[in-house]
Amino acid sequence: MLFSEATTTSFFSLAPWLVFAPVIGLLINIIIGGRFSEKLIGAVASVASGATFIVSLLLAYSVWVGHGQGESIFLAEWIHVGSLSLDWTFRVDSLSTTMMLVVSGVGTLIHIYAIGYMHEDVRFKNDPSRFRRFFVFLNLFIAAMMILVSGDSYLMLFVGWEGVGLCSFLLIGFWFEMDTLARPSWANSNAAKKAFIVNRIGDLGFLIAGFLMFWYLGSLQFDEVFAAAPELADTQPGIIIAITLFLLVGVAGKSAQIPLFVWLPDAMAGPTPVSALIHAATMVTAGVYLIARSAPLYNLVEGAQSVVVIVGAATALFAATIAVGQYDIKKVLAYSTISQLGFMVAAVGMGAYVAGIFHLVTHAFFKALLFLSAGSVILGLERGHHLLAHAHNGGAADHDDEEEVRRTEPAEVFDPGDMRNMGGIRKTMPVTFWLYMIGSLALVGIIPFAGFWSKDEILLDASLKYPAVYWLLSTAAFFTAFYMGRQIWMVFFGTARHEAAANAQESPKIMTVPLMVLAGLSILGGLLNLPFKGFHNLGHWLEFTLGEVELLGLDPTVAGLSTLLALAAIFISWLLYGRVTLKQADRDPLKKPLGFVFTGMENKWFVDEAYKAMIVDRYTDVCRFLADVIDSRFWHDWFHEKLIVGTYNWFSNTGLNYYADQKIIDAFANGLGRTTKYLSASVRRIQNGFVRSYALSVFLGVVLILGYLILK
Amino acid sequence: MPPINFNDIEVLLPLIILVIWACLLLLVDLFIPKKHKWLTALLAAFGLALTLGFTLSQLGSESNGFCATGKPSICMVVLDGFSVLVNALLLLTGLLGVALAYGYLKRMGIERGEYYTLMLFSISGMMLMAQASDLIIVFLALELLSLPLYVLSAFARSNSDSQEAGLKYFLLGAFSSGFILYGIALVYGATGSTSLSQIFEIASVGTSSLLLTIGAALILVGLGFKVAAVPFHMWTPDVYQGAPTPVTAFMTAGAKIAGFAALLRVFGSAFPNLSEDITPILWALSAATMIVGNLLAIAQTNIKRMLAYSSIAHTGYILMAFVPYGNPEVAPVSIAAGLFYLFAYTITNFGAWGVVIALEQKESKGLQISDYAGLRRKYPVLAGAMTVFMFSLIGFPPTLGMVGKFYLFRAVLSGGYTGLAIIGVVTSLVSAFYYLRVVVNMYMFAGEPKTDNEFWLRFTIAGAALVTVVFSLVPQGLFAWASRAVLKLF
Repeated sequence: MLFSEATTTSFFSLAPWLVFAPVIGLLINIIIGGRFSEKLIGAVASVASGATFIVSLLLAYSVWVGHGQGESIFLAEWIHVGSLSLDWTFRVDSLSTTMMLVVSGVGTLIHIYAIGYMHEDVRFKNDPSRFRRFFVFLNLFIAAMMILVSGDSYLMLFVGWEGVGLCSFLLIGFWFEMDTLARPSWANSNAAKKAFIVNRIGDLGFLIAGFLMFWYLGSLQFDEVFAAAPELADTQPGIIIAITLFLLVGVAGKSAQIPLFVWLPDAMAGPTPVSALIHAATMVTAGVYLIARSAPLYNLVEGAQSVVVIVGAATALFAATIAVGQYDIKKVLAYSTISQLGFMVAAVGMGAYVAGIFHLVTHAFFKALLFLSAGSVILGLERGHHLLAHAHNGGAADHDDEEEVRRTEPAEVFDPGDMRNMGGIRKTMPVTFWLYMIGSLALVGIIPFAGFWSKDEILLDASLKYPAVYWLLSTAAFFTAFYMGRQIWMVFFGTARHEAAANAQESPKIMTVPLMVLAGLSILGGLLNLPFKGFHNLGHWLEFTLGEVELLGLDPTVAGLSTLLALAAIFISWLLYGRVTLKQADRDPLKKPLGFVFTGMENKWFVDEAYKAMIVDRYTDVCRFLADVIDSRFWHDWFHEKLIVGTYNWFSNTGLNYYADQKIIDAFANGLGRTTKYLSASVRRIQNGFVRSYALSVFLGVVLILGYLILK
Repeated sequence: MPPINFNDIEVLLPLIILVIWACLLLLVDLFIPKKHKWLTALLAAFGLALTLGFTLSQLGSESNGFCATGKPSICMVVLDGFSVLVNALLLLTGLLGVALAYGYLKRMGIERGEYYTLMLFSISGMMLMAQASDLIIVFLALELLSLPLYVLSAFARSNSDSQEAGLKYFLLGAFSSGFILYGIALVYGATGSTSLSQIFEIASVGTSSLLLTIGAALILVGLGFKVAAVPFHMWTPDVYQGAPTPVTAFMTAGAKIAGFAALLRVFGSAFPNLSEDITPILWALSAATMIVGNLLAIAQTNIKRMLAYSSIAHTGYILMAFVPYGNPEVAPVSIAAGLFYLFAYTITNFGAWGVVIALEQKESKGLQISDYAGLRRKYPVLAGAMTVFMFSLIGFPPTLGMVGKFYLFRAVLSGGYTGLAIIGVVTSLVSAFYYLRVVVNMYMFAGEPKTDNEFWLRFTIAGAALVTVVFSLVPQGLFAWASRAVLKLF
């Protein structure tokens, strides 16, 4: 006992290393990484991330040994102004350690994968010097994310929140001056800006929530806020509702919920490890974490909870339908992510925090797996494509000559992410195929894969509390199974619809091995929280932080129905995409039966267009109005030219200029000019290099001083 | 003659060690072959480091030395916190000076061992200046520090500019020494003593006599010449430009520190009662120095000349700290700020001169500001360091210069000299023009600057840049030290 107590305390004090480790890693890479080989750069970054994982493990162990007793680790004073007093304090409890483990664990695997992925990516994109930059950003992300999940106050959380937003921006725009076709284009930088700006809207919500908290609750520190909240809820429940809803705006921004989800699909412009790490597994789940962390606030106001549930469920279904109509392998996954985030948000909105966090964890496993496998597919196609381009030019002998490959870039537009170019990859990339299958089954929710258990828990909670939401989510689950089936058939089965797909090559071990780990987690992740008595591990674990939680068993009806729906959806997708062999030019088989509905799905229900028409264009109109009418016509033409200049001219034309200007000012200015000229001339006369004049200057100084003393 | 007791030795121990070391070095150097003059440099540096160690070991001790028999208050030299701080700063200056000189002398073909010996002698004079408590010692120290400097200025014998610099400095230095000596004579005439504490006691009884005031003013003139205050500054640009660059770097810092130490010692302990008359003069000198130094710097195209005027301008800033010297409430903070500024200036200044030395070529080539064009592209670290120094000289955060100016202006404002503070701020603003011109040249224009790889030079530059930035973030300790050091004087 004594021993365990001693170790516990010493481990808690490691908390700051969550942030220090990745920061040290990125500093090493920034400062001396220029001389490192790519392997070493990747190793430094991965070790830094791995160290974070180890610290997370030790912290989690400490919490476990201490029977869930968390601790706040003070690092430094921060803001002490008036009644506001905040410090850099790390909060280590079962909820935050869960997040730490997911972020650093999945993060480390993705770091390792990225060593292989970026090695090829920077070469296809023709700029190997960016390899180091990528890993610096990745480490920075881990650091920011750790601040986010370990902060002990809303403000520290917000610092991490903004930090990950910045990293997201930097990494989406990683190839800011070119698109995936290695041609100049601003698409990627536009995607980065879009993500950043949309997130600003969400962050404004977060900020307002923070201001309200400070104003009405007097603090931003979690425990103080939660302690003060019930009293306020009694007297002014509207304020709590406002706080929680403004927080929801922030959540909608970061976790891509309706109406702010539009940035996430575009964010797929970033390199695939980024899509997996930031835009699937970790950063976008920050919103879910925020709601879970703010559970004591949400529990006070049921109305706000309902709004959260509705937003989450609507997003889940809406995004799932869009995913059905996408052709880009990563876009499908992106909308799938939005949809799954909807599941999580709905869950935490219902108060089913354990289910939400559980799904967050399993989703991190299988969605990271899916994205990284998709990246493997894309690179496989690129390899095939480059091989072909090379072979066409008859330069097979100097295969390693990358210059050659670059120069012989074909003019033909080839998109390695377009599923219409794929088909039959099962045979060329078998390892990737099996990994992808595991990820898909987990996502679709086939027993016993991880996704089944977590999704089922959400559905069960919904069926008990919000029946309507249950049906919405079940429909979304149906669509999930359908679009994943569609994707699998299109990508891996049938025959290759493009030469590149036929020549696709399997990825190296450094990429596939981390995927195998993730696949293992996707299979076994359900063990975290099986719905049987005695197996609610995660539930009991989070109870330490969230208080009493409802632990549900397995409902055969709900589980059976969802499995049935999933199998049905897969079957339908087989009928449409698997049974017949598709050709490259074929229209999507769904187009005919669904007609304009499918057009809507294909075009993302025209949300971007609607936003453009409703908001962006209106905003431009306002800007134009301000520029043309207010600034140009009113301010410049009327106020400036007419009023000021006119008045001035009027004054000057009434003879004022003669008296004021010529007689007084000119005379003064001329006098000043003359004096300056005279002075500089005399200075130059003295500073002439002759010792005698220098001595004279000293002497004059003496005379002046003595004169002053005597005559004073 | 009273027997010399051990206590007297102890008070001057670091100084005595340094002088002995310098004498020995002069002899040893004769046996060091021309190829191995690095040994002389090393020995000189070692001597300085040794002395620095002894100086620092005196931290906290206070006593008087060489006192009149039976009158323990009338002494020739003094050891206190102030002298330890100033001596430490001077020895640091010496170390930096050796580091800058070593490669330069070799490169310019003027490598001779006497250089280091002369430097050690000059530093001994400066240290004596900081410890003097008698006007005669002040004068002796002044000559001891000046004569080696005259020789050092003319050290590049083959270069006529250097010869001219040495001669001019000597002639004008002698001229100004005359004023000091005359001032001392008048003070003696008025009070019958040359001991600072005696003068204070006698002057505080009865009304102040004009004779005493004029004597003090003449001493001020002489010291003003040493620190290059306007209008006693005319020698500065010519000498600083003509002298070998490491000598210039050493002079700008060392002579200035010593001059200000003497100014503080003499006026703070002997003439606080005259502040009513002296303060306006200091005010005018400070204002004139800031204005003239900064304005004339703008017109320069030669970097050595520009830095010379910059050095004049900084004299003005430091003089600001001395303006309220007679006001016991403000003076300690103000003088502490001045000392801090001296430290900041020393570090920054050595860094900047280090960069100048790095780029200087034979026959005074590479000294135009336009020669700095393209430095960023070719030597980014050097350009970065120079940027740090220029920012520090302007007083731009996060550099020591900014912190120094902050302390300084705060002290001046609390002394009620708002006008002077405004002049200081405005002239700093003006100074940005010519300092940033160097930065603009380095970063925005194309060029092919050349420099050799000299380890100690690079080391000094990098170290100075680092200290300039790092200490600006944690300046409190230094400022506290400076405050403690001057507290006993008032």
